[in-house]
Amino acid sequence: MSIDKIWVLAEVVDGSPTSTTLELLTEARSMGPTVAAVTWGGVAASVATTLGDFGASTVYDTGDLSDALPGAPVAAAMAALIGSGDRPDVILIPASYDGRDIAGRLSAKLDSPVITNVVGLTVEGDEVRSQHGLFGGAQVAVARFTGERPWIFVVRAKSFTAESSGGDPAQVTSAPVPDLGPSNAAKVLARHVEERTGPKLDEAEVVVSGGRGLGSAEHYAMVEELAKLLHGAAGASRAIVDAGWVPYSHQVGQTGKTVKPTLYIACGISGATQHLVGMKGSKNIVAINKDRDAPIFSVADLGIVGDVHKVVPKLIEALKTRG
Amino acid sequence: MNVVVCVKQIPDPAAPQALDPETRTLVRQGKLILDDSDAYGVEMGLQLADQAAGDLVTLVSMAPNAETSGLRTALAMGADRAILVSDDALRGSDALSTAKVLAKAIERAEPDLIIAATESTDGYTGTFPVQLAELLGLPSITFAKKVSVADGKVHVDRQTEAGYDEVECPLPAVVTVTAGVVEPRYPSFKGIMAAKSKPLEQLTVADLGFDGSQVGATGSRQEVTDVAPADERQAGEIVEDEGDGYESVIRFLEQLKLI
Repeated sequence: MSIDKIWVLAEVVDGSPTSTTLELLTEARSMGPTVAAVTWGGVAASVATTLGDFGASTVYDTGDLSDALPGAPVAAAMAALIGSGDRPDVILIPASYDGRDIAGRLSAKLDSPVITNVVGLTVEGDEVRSQHGLFGGAQVAVARFTGERPWIFVVRAKSFTAESSGGDPAQVTSAPVPDLGPSNAAKVLARHVEERTGPKLDEAEVVVSGGRGLGSAEHYAMVEELAKLLHGAAGASRAIVDAGWVPYSHQVGQTGKTVKPTLYIACGISGATQHLVGMKGSKNIVAINKDRDAPIFSVADLGIVGDVHKVVPKLIEALKTRG
Repeated sequence: MNVVVCVKQIPDPAAPQALDPETRTLVRQGKLILDDSDAYGVEMGLQLADQAAGDLVTLVSMAPNAETSGLRTALAMGADRAILVSDDALRGSDALSTAKVLAKAIERAEPDLIIAATESTDGYTGTFPVQLAELLGLPSITFAKKVSVADGKVHVDRQTEAGYDEVECPLPAVVTVTAGVVEPRYPSFKGIMAAKSKPLEQLTVADLGFDGSQVGATGSRQEVTDVAPADERQAGEIVEDEGDGYESVIRFLEQLKLI
């Protein structure tokens, strides 16, 4: 049975489909002839043009979820469609907060396993093979499902390049949320947006990140200053986010953002697998760390073995002098 | 309020990792330890339950061998008891079959709140807690960076791309915690001694009503078909900073035409 129908979970933030959504639609087009998107939040009509442009012929719309967390209701709406006989062969889901919730719920509802942390997909005849980075990306594993379809893949950001197909606007089809009871009881009371200046972390040409080697929270200021001088964004390792030095929105890595800038500068970051997964795809990597044996040096194009508190201020001074 | 904390025992992440060439699953031999990500959930559970008033903090875990050293660590932190589903048939289980097995084990503890890490350190699939919630018919709030309980509701600050959301739901519920949520305590000597005599119930999959084919590698319905070295990034130039290390960075920036 060939791969005919692919669904993509389309996440919409600030009125636009996320870049991962567009990457997945692009990939879905190359996997099979029929691509549909699934979206929620009462935005389907306003994003139907963009979703169509990237390859979706249909957009399933759960409608407004009010203040509910999307995991349970969106998964239930998808399961209801599938139960009614509209069966996709493959479902692609972005590895985001809500994407992961929806994937987990859907998997349990359909009794279908889910394959996560996908960084590549290939269709081989009637099968789909997924690629995964292992051990911080040192090895690539290839996996496949052996059971019934639909096959659910949760895909990491920037695994594919988004390209418009010039398609017509997607047709909006209602996918109502069934009555769910307690599982749908999580409600959002308030949303807090942390302020950001400069380019977005996952879109910046230059990313400067700091880690535990900075020693204390106040030294993160030099990471931000260096990032600003290079018109880049400031990132962080999980260690210092968990320590409360910087907000989570700065985190680069497995549980944070995946970045692929032209230049990544790691300051006082040892290079745990958790971090390498999120930045290893950068075109150029500079690492500054006092431990010569730190794993970060194995991926760095330029490694400075030295104290970040000495090297970075001099670097900032030199850049300021150049103006 | 009874709390169940889902914990995983994993190989020491500091030790080199490898795949079994036959099964292409992670080699889990030698002593297993409590996954560091789970220490936060254990601590959160201990802070939320009123053990003095008779609330129980129950650890629930699964392992193909009868490994208990990681559970003893969490008991030494202060958890009251542990349930370990241990069965050779569980070898190679994926997240969904793990969720099915642990859902049955957790139901026995009649919890008001179930806590898990957002993802394990060794497998980092990150879907088990939500699959568990769905199987139990419970609400879930993932990526908690702050958790409190009052009036039969759990209130969570949940991480988002842009910042965080305040989310609330009635108990019973499943909450996944990040490593920022609380600072885990170290087991005291007294705690370590006490842990040795705390109840640790071991169950097989048959005890929970499963047959072997529903779990483990067969029940997972997925397989790794190939593992190969990635196109390794070559380590580049290494410069020892003698006070002028920054100049190498400046030259590199010039080459990239970023300055």
